[in-house]
Amino acid sequence: MPFKSKVPDARERRANRDCAKPGRTVRFRVRRCQGPGKPSHWEDFDVTVDPGMNVLSCLQQINLDPRTAGGERTTPIVWDSNCLEEVCGACTMLINGRARQSCSCLVDEYAPDDGDRITLEPMSKFPVVRDLWVDRSRMFDSLRRLRAWVPIDGTYDQGAGPREIPDKQQTRYALSTCMTCGCCLEACPQFHLEPDQDRWSTAFVGAAGFSQARLFNEHRTGEELAGERLDALMGPGGISDCGNAQNCVQVCPKEIPLTESIAAIGRAVTIHSFAKFFRLR
Amino acid sequence: MSNHRVIVVGGGLAGLSATIRIAEAGLPVDLFSMVPVKRSHSVCAQGGINACNEVARQQGYSEYQHFDETLYGGDYLADQAPVLEMCNFAPRIIDLLDRMGVPFNRTSEGFRDLRLFGGSLFKRTHFAGASTGQQLLYALDEQTRRFEAQGRVTKYEFWEFLWPVIDDSGDAPRCVGIVAQDMRTMQIREFRGDAVVMATGGLGVIFGKSTNSVINTGAPASRCLQAGAWYANPEMVQIHPTCIPGADKCRLMSESARGEGGRIWVPRTQGDARTPSQIPPAERWYFLEEKYPKYGNLVPRDIASRELFDVCVNQHMGVGGQNQVYLDLTHMDADYLDRKLGAILEIYEKFTGEDPHTQPMKIFPAVHYTMGGLWVGYTPGDYAPPEPHAGEHLPGDEPPVGNTIGHGLQPGAPNNMMTNIPGLYAFGEVNFAYHGATRLGANSLLSCIFDGLFNGPSVVNFITNHEPADGLDQGIYDAIVAQEQGKVRRLLDSASSSVPRDQSLNPYQIALEMGEAMTTACTVVKTAPGIEACLSRLEQLKERFSRVQLEDAAAWTNQSLSFTRALGDMLVLAEAIARGSLLREESRGSHFRKDFPDRDDERFLKTTIAGYEDGQVRITYRDVDTRLVKPRPRTYGRTEDAATEKKTESAATT
Repeated sequence: MPFKSKVPDARERRANRDCAKPGRTVRFRVRRCQGPGKPSHWEDFDVTVDPGMNVLSCLQQINLDPRTAGGERTTPIVWDSNCLEEVCGACTMLINGRARQSCSCLVDEYAPDDGDRITLEPMSKFPVVRDLWVDRSRMFDSLRRLRAWVPIDGTYDQGAGPREIPDKQQTRYALSTCMTCGCCLEACPQFHLEPDQDRWSTAFVGAAGFSQARLFNEHRTGEELAGERLDALMGPGGISDCGNAQNCVQVCPKEIPLTESIAAIGRAVTIHSFAKFFRLR
Repeated sequence: MSNHRVIVVGGGLAGLSATIRIAEAGLPVDLFSMVPVKRSHSVCAQGGINACNEVARQQGYSEYQHFDETLYGGDYLADQAPVLEMCNFAPRIIDLLDRMGVPFNRTSEGFRDLRLFGGSLFKRTHFAGASTGQQLLYALDEQTRRFEAQGRVTKYEFWEFLWPVIDDSGDAPRCVGIVAQDMRTMQIREFRGDAVVMATGGLGVIFGKSTNSVINTGAPASRCLQAGAWYANPEMVQIHPTCIPGADKCRLMSESARGEGGRIWVPRTQGDARTPSQIPPAERWYFLEEKYPKYGNLVPRDIASRELFDVCVNQHMGVGGQNQVYLDLTHMDADYLDRKLGAILEIYEKFTGEDPHTQPMKIFPAVHYTMGGLWVGYTPGDYAPPEPHAGEHLPGDEPPVGNTIGHGLQPGAPNNMMTNIPGLYAFGEVNFAYHGATRLGANSLLSCIFDGLFNGPSVVNFITNHEPADGLDQGIYDAIVAQEQGKVRRLLDSASSSVPRDQSLNPYQIALEMGEAMTTACTVVKTAPGIEACLSRLEQLKERFSRVQLEDAAAWTNQSLSFTRALGDMLVLAEAIARGSLLREESRGSHFRKDFPDRDDERFLKTTIAGYEDGQVRITYRDVDTRLVKPRPRTYGRTEDAATEKKTESAATT
């Protein structure tokens, strides 16, 4: 029996996949917009779906001959994607209201029956460029703000980096898989759309920012800049803006332990602010 | 130096390492990418990056052996000197990326861990889980951001390179900038540069479905070809043996799965309907292990792809009668698999719904990597043996040359990795260097970063000997801008709703047919009639493209326009691939001709050079530089050849 929840859990997805009917018609409702500041409107498309198709291959099929369900010619749908295998972070969109990567969204898991529907919308926390493509440059600005790099001396050959035990490497590896997709920020009630670039330096950095700051603080050379990172996170848009909703860790496609990072940063900021107060740093 | 600037096109491993090295040398860099650079296709690379290392060295391995393995793997088609330098420099690249913070997997003592990979019997592949490309790319992205924060690098993300600007007024042509388009606002403008580094990757999209990302059309390389650059060995396209077939792309299942112990098999009984766990080992045909006892599942990719293809397509022994074989990891410890291969196992499960810990994966070959590319020259280093080293270099043998810098390439020589157009460089997958007729796994992450780090200074040295481009006449830039604006206008006109729609003029339809034609004729097995049919198909598609109808007339963020324009460029490269395949009447590495199944060094130990004149692709040849190592037969210890190979080798050394 197919499950009809809008955002099926793992068990429901598996069950849906097992009973998905080949050659069925699925209706895609897409919220479209011609450009920044323009009003958005819905368009429906009927797609013949075969087993294993993901949302993006359905959009590609629509674009072969873009006609709405009512038969009207329309423009091809615009969206952001590149790798199609959930490592680049480009194709985030709202699918049935929840932020996720669209390349890994198998239609069988969401719409197993003939006549089932899937809704596609652009992320709401970033300005729309066109249709499903939004501008996430604010996330990259946060990485700059948090000095998210290891301050090496230069590219001349100076031998290997510091030795590292496997447990530490596993922790850092998990944090390093963040692909700046924005799902955590979309899900976060404290993160808001901020179209004015001049206000980004004091706007909330969100879970992705905290986790990247932690990644670089955990590296023996990266630690050099921990003070600057923690100063930034002590200020406006930093750790005090986190409301502990814990939505972030639930939606991260890479299952990064975001709430652990938030806790780690919270603790580090507390110690850092005491140390500064008592002029120990 | 004050008015000099460098343009880098492409923000993958090669583009970013070049950017970092050149910015470090004090030159401002303008970096162009169609996507935010950390989303570049390099992010998809999974298995690892090769370099000689202390453990392997103590077991008898050396940088020289890595060099020898790479030449052998490439079936001797690569110019040899640059390969020597790349392998010698490799350990320094691992060290530097380590210092940048790449979380390489570690041994219990905290040293960098190693894994086995194709084309070697030694562990010389460094890795970060099974997503190594991602971690390497992110480290370079972070370092680039650091320079960007200091104002030394300016990024133009979501900008598309349209054409190089070449100044013909002097004694020699010189590349002095590019014309590019903002993919959101559609603005087209010129950018002056004292050198341009193309680092735009491969061309998988020409074949339709491949392991490549959506932006890997090869259009930038094609545009350089059309502007006068030579394109070398177009027929050398790598088919990766283990990919997950899909509706929108074929997803890579890394060679590291085999490196860590994965086994390829099909049921011995044709059409066996049992589930894999019901089939006992004696009834499984581990066909690679049987035919290649020495390298087993780790024979190089072209060999594995041909064997898989033969088993399924010719012998009809595929799983369930379909074009698929098993890649089996179920005999291995689940925790071990998660630590070493977690990322790729997740990809398999996410996209197929099956768990590779308990079910063997079903895979089939797909287009993966472009060994061919823009032709580039170099200045050889100081290793010049009186005659090429003959015979196999065995582990523990004294290497004929050491691993210090400058034996293979002269460091900083301005023409290192420079195309035939002065000032226009090609770094990474977009050039034809290092890999010959087949790339060994985990050598691409190496060659891309090597180009950026080692050859970046060549760009700097070229510039110091030339006048800044900002003093040049505006006219040459305006001409190219006008050319590109003209293309856009014609495409937008075709989108006018008054023109009746003809599905045969739909760009996505034309691209689909191009992909099918190219995959059928120019991948695993090629024949003259097959390629000729493909060429005439391409002619028809070119004619239809000249009347193409764009679907979207929007003057804002018009993705269709970008794709449709690139389609024209893809058709040019497709023709080069087909012509190169037709004229190379031999089999070498990834290029296999059923009608010419043997390697023919006498006629074809040569680099194919594709040039573009009067709207036509023309093929000529250049000799390959084989002064360092004498080519020998490439069999990888195949059981049928064991006796013959012994005879040939003893003949070669007498």
